[in-house]
Amino acid sequence: MTASVIEIIPSALDRRLAALAAVAVGLTLVEAAIPLPLPGIKPGLANIVTLIVLWRWGWRAAAWVSVLRIIAGALALGTFLTPSFVLSLSGGVASLLVLAWAVYLPRRWFGPVSLSVLAGFAHIAAQLAVANLWLMPHISLVGLLPVFLSAAWLTGVVNGLVVMRLLQQEVS
Amino acid sequence: MSAGLRVGDYGVALLGLALIGVLALQRPTGDGRLVVRQAGQVFKAVDARLNQEIRVPGPLGITVVEVRDGRVRVASDPSPRQLCVRQGWLGAGEAALCLPNRVSVEWGRLAYDSLGY
Repeated sequence: MTASVIEIIPSALDRRLAALAAVAVGLTLVEAAIPLPLPGIKPGLANIVTLIVLWRWGWRAAAWVSVLRIIAGALALGTFLTPSFVLSLSGGVASLLVLAWAVYLPRRWFGPVSLSVLAGFAHIAAQLAVANLWLMPHISLVGLLPVFLSAAWLTGVVNGLVVMRLLQQEVS
Repeated sequence: MSAGLRVGDYGVALLGLALIGVLALQRPTGDGRLVVRQAGQVFKAVDARLNQEIRVPGPLGITVVEVRDGRVRVASDPSPRQLCVRQGWLGAGEAALCLPNRVSVEWGRLAYDSLGY
């Protein structure tokens, strides 16, 4: 009796996405080592990778990289299936949903900075909503919204500028 | 295509700042809601525009919360260190905690506070 062998042959795109997701995981790990002023506020460097993938290969590819990064990053940091993983996943899913719409914005007028800021806002809004509804139902976190949105704005703009610069280098 | 900063980018960034500004401006309006809790349970939720004294029984005795002219304070409390009494009149969005007697007084939506956060 011959053993049945199922072989999954990864396409070139699969390999590329895996490599990019690995870069994103690396950035997540580096970021976890940076001391941060407030819990919940971090630069979100891995989103630079997500945005570049979105810009060059479209939304499906970006969704793959983003979700792979969230799961693999959580496994590496030991936070898989903890509240912080749930927060990270909800933020990631929310920004992907917004990006699914934002990717159709005309590129003549809207560059990576727009996408980055929009995704950042969606990310933090979803995380605050989950934290408020699930983790701390007794306290209203609405008052914290301006603080967190400011942070998201700043990191969104900075990450967007980095993406813009990287894409420019690629072209020239 | 070469990607520089585009009109829409400035637009999105400015809209974002405007949103933050609007949210920040309407932040802690005391909005009249006063919630007094005993051992985590809501003891009384009232409108702070009514002058009154709220007497809250706790394990150590009675905590008296005073509401006067739209302001709120803990007038007296049996706790040994009197922290919540010395806090005085509360600002909008602030909370006074009399932990030994397990009483908390929250005025309006809570702004940043290190305990809850």
